[in-house]
Amino acid sequence: MSLSSVSQQVMWNRLISVVEEQAQALIRTAFSTSVREAGDLSAGVYNKQGLMLAQAVTGTPGHVNAMAESVKHFIREIGPENIFEDDVYITNDPWKGTGHLHDITVTSPTFHKGKHVGFFACTAHIVDIGGRGFGADANSVYEEGVRIPIMKFAERGKVDETFVKIIRINVREPDQLIGDMYALATCNEIGHRRLIEMLNEFDLDGLEEIGAFILEHSHKATIEAIKALPKSEPASYDMTIDGFDTPIKLQVKLTFKDDHILADFAGTDPVDKKGINVPLVYTQAYACYALKVAIAPEIPNNTASLAPFKVIAPEGAIVNAVHPAPVALRHVIGHMIPDVVFGALDQMLPETVQAEGAAALCNFQVSMKPNLRAPAGAQPSEVLMFNSGGAGARPTMDGMNATAFPSGVMTMPVEATEHAGPVIVTRKELRPDSGGAGKHRGGLGQYMEVTVREGWDLDFSAMLDRVDHPARGRNGGAPGGATMIGLDDGTPMRGKGRQSVPEGRTVLLAFPGGAGYGNPKDRDVELIKRDVRRGYLTLEKACEDYGLTADQLGE
Amino acid sequence: MSKRTVKLGADIGGTFTDVVIDVDGQIFSTKVLTTYSAPEDAILDGIGQVCEKASVDPTEISILVHGTTLATNSLIERRGAKTALITTKGFRDVIEMRTESRFEQYDLNLSLPEPLIERERRFVLDERVDATGKIIKALDRQEVEALAEQLTSDGIESVAVGFLHSYLNDNHERMVREVLEAKLPDLMTSLSSEVSPQMREYERFNTAAANAYVKPQMKSYLSRLSDRVKELGADCPIFLMHSGGGIISLESAAEFPVRLVESGPAGGAIFAAHIAKSHGMDRVLSFDMGGTTAKICLIKDQTPKTSRVFEVARTYRFKKGSGMPISIPVIDMVEIGAGGGSLAHVDAMQQIRVGPESAGSEPGPACYKRGGLRPAVTDADLVLGRLDPDNFAGGSIPLSTENSKAALNAEVGSKLSLDETTAAFGVSEVVDENMANAARVHAVENGEDLATYSMIAFGGAAPLHAGRLCQKLGIDRLLVPSGAGVGSAIGFLKAPFSFEASRSVYVRLSSFDEELIASLLKELTEEATSFVRSCDAEAPVAADYKAFIRYIGQGWEIPVVLTAEQAAKPTSEMLKQEFEQEYAKLFGRTVAGLDIEVTCWSVNAATPAAKADGLKAASGKRLNASATRNLFEPALEEIVEASVIERVQFSTGDSAIGPLIITEDETTIVVPKGFAAELASDGTMVISKIIAKGESA
Repeated sequence: MSLSSVSQQVMWNRLISVVEEQAQALIRTAFSTSVREAGDLSAGVYNKQGLMLAQAVTGTPGHVNAMAESVKHFIREIGPENIFEDDVYITNDPWKGTGHLHDITVTSPTFHKGKHVGFFACTAHIVDIGGRGFGADANSVYEEGVRIPIMKFAERGKVDETFVKIIRINVREPDQLIGDMYALATCNEIGHRRLIEMLNEFDLDGLEEIGAFILEHSHKATIEAIKALPKSEPASYDMTIDGFDTPIKLQVKLTFKDDHILADFAGTDPVDKKGINVPLVYTQAYACYALKVAIAPEIPNNTASLAPFKVIAPEGAIVNAVHPAPVALRHVIGHMIPDVVFGALDQMLPETVQAEGAAALCNFQVSMKPNLRAPAGAQPSEVLMFNSGGAGARPTMDGMNATAFPSGVMTMPVEATEHAGPVIVTRKELRPDSGGAGKHRGGLGQYMEVTVREGWDLDFSAMLDRVDHPARGRNGGAPGGATMIGLDDGTPMRGKGRQSVPEGRTVLLAFPGGAGYGNPKDRDVELIKRDVRRGYLTLEKACEDYGLTADQLGE
Repeated sequence: MSKRTVKLGADIGGTFTDVVIDVDGQIFSTKVLTTYSAPEDAILDGIGQVCEKASVDPTEISILVHGTTLATNSLIERRGAKTALITTKGFRDVIEMRTESRFEQYDLNLSLPEPLIERERRFVLDERVDATGKIIKALDRQEVEALAEQLTSDGIESVAVGFLHSYLNDNHERMVREVLEAKLPDLMTSLSSEVSPQMREYERFNTAAANAYVKPQMKSYLSRLSDRVKELGADCPIFLMHSGGGIISLESAAEFPVRLVESGPAGGAIFAAHIAKSHGMDRVLSFDMGGTTAKICLIKDQTPKTSRVFEVARTYRFKKGSGMPISIPVIDMVEIGAGGGSLAHVDAMQQIRVGPESAGSEPGPACYKRGGLRPAVTDADLVLGRLDPDNFAGGSIPLSTENSKAALNAEVGSKLSLDETTAAFGVSEVVDENMANAARVHAVENGEDLATYSMIAFGGAAPLHAGRLCQKLGIDRLLVPSGAGVGSAIGFLKAPFSFEASRSVYVRLSSFDEELIASLLKELTEEATSFVRSCDAEAPVAADYKAFIRYIGQGWEIPVVLTAEQAAKPTSEMLKQEFEQEYAKLFGRTVAGLDIEVTCWSVNAATPAAKADGLKAASGKRLNASATRNLFEPALEEIVEASVIERVQFSTGDSAIGPLIITEDETTIVVPKGFAAELASDGTMVISKIIAKGESA
């Protein structure tokens, strides 16, 4: 390390702060609650060849790792000769972006002193893209909404109004969507401004030198982390989950090599008829996340630090769905992938990874249409909510209650959600007894209850799993509580798909808990008492799970 | 003896309690160790000391302005009252579930912070208001009465009440207080609709919870302080500095103690604003660097930037999201784990990392010779020649350069094959870059360009690093005021009386009612003004008007400042124009074809900030160094021979050019090559970039 490498390190940190500013600008200017409240987004900077150099800390793994690949598609399809200053490119292609039509990816070239030096790209989850609406029900991607090929949103600063018109007329929430497209463009613009300041300050012509430094160091550090792993035979693991109406088996085999780790999803079930299939980019994103968080968590994300985690799957497997498979809810299975990878990793690296958890976000979207009793001027409305079940217990700690893992998003405040449409949430709180027993307890899931103001009809699009296949424990830990969904009059509902809710009825939801880790008999009795005191556990369930009497648990 | 004006400022910090006395503009100060069990003891002790120094009798004191970290510490250390939260049925866990996310995605063993009020003390009542403010489930008074019994039997001392959408309709929250006050007169209540009337339940409930949590303690402390000051014979009013940079009455502080969080740093920002005013500077970055953290704040038009949400008690490397949000008017600053005691190490990436872990005062940096083996920023400063080992803290702490070198070598140099000087340079550059990045991000969030700013540096470690920070940020002028060591307490005496009245009233510009808004702003002005009047019946009161505006569908507003004329006659065209102008400035482009809405209106009434003394122009002489020492110049990446001059050798107007080291008891000022230092008539050291001939400014 020479003196100049000190300044290169400084520049690397600066680039990470540049993309963080880029992400914050998106949150401040976005319209969909999924972006501005929940942070379902990502942002990154790329060199001229489309290699990702830095990515914002704010964001979610599914986007980040998928977006790392996406800019290369943009360069190829726009064509280097058509790249001009102040251009803005856009797509929502599931196979070239981040896995479904509801993610819009915007890429902007950045010019310095008239020369093209790199790109900024960002992705955000928008609330509606037309078609059937966000949900699992489509039979092909054509039914899921408008597919935007890689194209120019703006050329030399001028927005393509024809494009905007076509989009507006095809979607349910045009103001939100177009507003979000502008926010994405703004986000890249802010990144660009900061980058130019940095290049001027360090008197650089472009990103070549600093890019090479970042990629080289990241690659080396990742390979060293992989080399330091204990020698181990390859290991396999499988996990079965609900699917749409038939269960689906996910399977992986992990192999540690000298300079990479291979995750092979051969043995996984084929694509489903409904929209829960996963393009390979999204499978790669989450498999890679699972490996990286366990093996090399401190190395910043970029093309080089992600490359040594190789992820393959047979074409046509549900984790490598090809066009025109429906993919709207690719996140449900995508979020399960880390649990599968952890199952194999646990055999190779014991006492490192957690037990299975809720894994998939417990999302739903409500569509509300005014009926005859609606107030004057009432408009139809789409509201999306992200919620989390419990995370799996860890080798030395309890699982996190109602916390997203592996996703990196937040929930939306109920007050903000209720301003976005006439929905009413009458309950959102922790779900006692749902954390799997163990030496370390699984995280609690949560209860929610959802209805609508008088005067609107409500359709509920469910995106839930783990109804029939709750999270399984590790090393003797017990399973977490299963998902439950139904109406307040006792009518059962399905875990996935769009369902009408009769007027005056409320949807009752119980989101799953994480599984336990280690034998429940080994749990510290004081912790069990604490859990009972806090109401995480009822006294009966505590006695049953931990083989204790009420007297033993008395204070 | 003629009647003098004697003002007292007292700042309780984590280690020291600073007391300053201002006698007709002349300042005397002292530092006393903070007395945690009875914080008023240190203040009384300090008052005794400064009165003696200034030959003042306590009866002459006309005003006491106080700021304290006690509320902050109580939140960080969880030493508050036995507190309950009463909330809407179905929402018992809002403050525990937080945002349901992980603030660090790459740590499998992440611990989320425990909620301030544990689950067994969170109670629910069956009630509900919808997003339009309409009551859709009325609260039953008997249910509240029954809950009162429960609170009594649980021995609850303080209660926070937070219901959904109470920022739109506070009837139910007020009903709970009414019932509890009637049944349990000793119980203290804090309503979320009063403490923080803002949308987003987690932030609002948590702010109410924090207020309730610190209230009994703060109330009792403030009343003891008031009694003790009276016993001393000082029959003066006591005011408190609040986090927003204004002053509130003792009674108001006791009711809303959460507003005292960060009052010390707020005083620092006010101090910097005052210096900015003296020097007629409109754009200032205040930089306060102590032993553990650095605080950075933007001061525009001699007024610190303010914000409406703040995060306290971060539990994980000062990481955003790892603390708890407090939604109150606050001086907007970034605080990062970068101070003289911040420790350096090399991570798995072979990168040097500095902080947020700090060596504290025990064992302290390696050079203190108190057993510290890991290198701190102070060790790097010593090795780079910025500190004199024999004259640190006025010579009271002899430093060991050998220890610093050994620590740097063990933890950094040997791992990266660097000699001690380069390792020290690396550590220093990393911490400076961390601070520069924090400043840049903060500026961006506020749409500001730092190249047009000047810097004011105070706090023990700041003057060592400020010059380099200026180079990194493209800042040409740096001010190091006198009294920098007790800057916050001096700031208290310069702060105006102020009060911000705000109301969430959603208005679309497409259906704008001019009369309604004009009368709302009038009402808010009267509310804010009358409060300020209650503190000071004579001073002129000025009001600032702000509308928080966004495109319909966005979740975050931008503040748009209105003039008094605009506030008196608000129109939708005017608001649209002001908003779009501000939006374009911040984010590059406006969004075509969308309606615009105002979500919140606020009026801040304040007495004028303390007058700043004009500077006297003076021509002085160019000082030459009596001594030199080797100093590492990071911009040049080489060792240079720097002049060493004591600050006391400077008379007004005297100057010297860098590379230069100016020494004093509390700190050392490093003036980089290419900069010159000159002493201004108010005692401030003004350090400016030397503009070479032919180069434009």
